[in-house]
Formats: sequence, C-alpha cells, structure tokens
Amino acid sequence: MEWDWNFVWEIMPTLIQGVKITILATLLGSVLAAIVGLGIALARRSPNKVLSRTVGWAAEFIRGTPLLVQLYFIFYVLPDFGILLPPLVAGVIGLGLHYGTYTAEVYRAGIDNVPRGQWEAAKACNLSATQTWTNIIIPQAIPPMIPALANYFIAMFKETPLLSAITVLELMNQAKSVANTYYRYIEPITLVGAFFLVISLFSVVLLRWLEHRYGKIER
Amino acid sequence: MTQWSGYLGLILQGALVTIELTLMGSVLALIMAFLAGMGRVSRFFALRWLATVYIEFFRGTSIFVQLFFAYFVLPLIGLELTPLQAGVLALGLNVGAYAAEVVRGAIQSVGREQYEACIALNLGRWQGMRHVILPQALLIMLPTFGNNAIELLKATSVVSLISLADLTFQAQVVRSQTGNTLVPFTTILIIYFALALIISWGVRSLERRMARGLDGVRV
Repeated sequence: MEWDWNFVWEIMPTLIQGVKITILATLLGSVLAAIVGLGIALARRSPNKVLSRTVGWAAEFIRGTPLLVQLYFIFYVLPDFGILLPPLVAGVIGLGLHYGTYTAEVYRAGIDNVPRGQWEAAKACNLSATQTWTNIIIPQAIPPMIPALANYFIAMFKETPLLSAITVLELMNQAKSVANTYYRYIEPITLVGAFFLVISLFSVVLLRWLEHRYGKIER
Repeated sequence: MTQWSGYLGLILQGALVTIELTLMGSVLALIMAFLAGMGRVSRFFALRWLATVYIEFFRGTSIFVQLFFAYFVLPLIGLELTPLQAGVLALGLNVGAYAAEVVRGAIQSVGREQYEACIALNLGRWQGMRHVILPQALLIMLPTFGNNAIELLKATSVVSLISLADLTFQAQVVRSQTGNTLVPFTTILIIYFALALIISWGVRSLERRMARGLDGVRV
C-alpha cells in the first residue's frame, strides 16, 4: 500500500477537529490535575491521621491502576448511580484524577524542599499560618515545581488517545473513524503519531527552558 | 441471579494474559533499555545518535498510537503480527525507551573515581563496565525499574483495544453479557492494584538482596 498525499489532504480537516478536542481535554485535565493534586497534597499533610491515611491509600490505588479502566469506571459505572456524564467530561475527570495523584507528589516534594529555617523564621517573626503559607512557603515552593508539573501535563497529553475508548471524538478517534470509512490505516495513524511526536519534541525544548529558568526538583 | 463463577473464570483468564504480557513486555523493555542506555553513553557518534532517536521517538509518541501502528499499519508493509506480538512489541519498545534513560542516568551517576580505578587497573572498557560500573549502577536503577514495570502493567490495559483478551477486555465482555458494570470493573481494578503491589514488593526485596554486603561501600 502506497502513501497517498491526496488522501492526507482530504482527511486533514477531520483530524484537525480531533486535535482541537485533544488539546481541550489536555488543558481542562491539567487544570483539574493541578487542583486535585493540591488537595491530595494538603490532605496528606493534615494532622488528622484518618484523613491523611485514607487519602494516601486512595491516591496509591489510583496510581496503581490503569487510566483506561478508570475511564471505563467513570463512564460505565457512575450512570448506574444516577451520575450520567458526557464522554468529554468523564474523560477530563479521569485524566484529572489520575494525574492529580502524580502532581500531588510534585507538590509534596516542592513543599518539603523549602528549608526548615524558613518555617522557623516565619514563626520567629510571629506570622500566622496563613501568612506563612502565602508569603513565605508558597512563593518559594512553586517555581521549582513548574518543570515537574509541566512534565506530567505533557505525559497526560500523550495519554489523551485513551479517551477514544469512551467515545470522545478526539484525534485518535477521528483517525480511526476515517480509517474505517476508507479502509486506509497507514495515513491516519501515521499522521496521529507524527502529530504527537512533533508536539512532544517541542515540549522537550520547552521543558529544558523551564528547567533552566526555574531549576529542577527531584521527585 | 447471575452466574458469577463462570464470569470469574473469564476474568482470571484475562489476568493470565495481562501477566503474560507484562512479563514478556518487561523482558523486551529490559533488553531495549540496556541496548539504548549503553548506546547513549557510547564512544561512537552513530550509536549515540541511533539510541537518542529511538528514545525520543518512543517517548514522544503515545503508547496507544504505537500499538495501533504495530497492529494496523505494519501488516500493510508486509509485517503481519498477532495481537499478542503487537502488544509485546509496542509495550516493550515504549517502556524500554523510558527505562533506557534510567540506565543512562545510573551509569553516569557512578562516581568518577570508579572509572579512574578501572583505568588504573588496566581494565578494558567492556571489562570495567561489566565488573565495576554495572554492578553498582544496577542497584541505582532497580527502584525506577520497578516503577517502569508498574507503568507497563498499567499500559497493558490498552491492548484490549486491539482485541487481545486481557483483564480489561474480559471486564468489557462481562459487562456486555450481564449488564452489570460495578462488579467487573471493581474486580479488575483490585486485581491490577494487587499486581502492582506484587511488583513493587518484588523489586524491593530484590533490591534488599542485591544491596547485601554493600553497606558502607556506597555513599
């Protein structure tokens, strides 16, 4: 079977529609992951042992099981309990929850990396807990986290094709549907691969720059 | 009342396929990791370049796309693969690329003085690598390899989409035959988590075994 450029141009508009959904899912998923991760990280630091243990175990469980199965769970099981979600929303929740457990570790490392002396100095200056967090800890903890967070958002971007399994019409699903219509797999699937490769290569450059700009953090 | 024992049999068959895939994929990943990881620290430009292209390519495109490429596109250029072969190939090559960076990092993290000692003892490059560098680097790689193996286990769920009857696939079969969603998906989530726990436990005990007698030697 030969590579056919005419066919490539013919299917391009459909694929671009898919790209839009892919990017939308990644952006929304990233925002949700950032929030969920912060919630988990804070809950795990809570003095309440029951809360921190429970959240810790739940996060461990989510991290140890496949994203695809979690997506199925959200998409197929929740409707039985009366929660009917559109595919894209279910997908974004799945991505956000799954990667939230990873970003939680980034937050944890970022907060732990703030030297003890800063906490003690804040106490010595008689700052309240809120003041300590907003003025001392968070401004120092955030910049080193940025490259690590970006790393996970890029990883999430590469997992978005899984959303096609729960009928979200993102890039992979559009590619599969045109492939099934015309019985030509070589162009659509190769284009999807090329698209992810190009974006990933760009994101490597972006990551290097972020690491250079904000410094590294060990997970 | 649904006949759960029969369905449990289906799920267990799926678990076997998942375990088989994980094991075979891990072996391929391990081989690729050492080939590409050592390639990246090679003296020869061509080898370094080849290893870098392999790593960036497989880390840059998503596992899902690679799997579809292996299953749908390779037959078109005359390479017919069964779903199992395609699954092992895609999983092994993908995770191998991530693990290759671990190998490279571990080899480079072995102290300079060890390399100098190799030269002082008149060991060849290969001898030094085999008897001095790798035994020390292996211990550094091991925990991250454990994480990679868990990532591979999670990624195996994707093969259900190319009609390989793994855990996720069987859960879908049970869902479509019984109409029940909660039981099959919860069951397989627990099985995946248990498998992940077994991997991390196995790697930890292996690490303890290999570290025996090294106390005080490593810094």
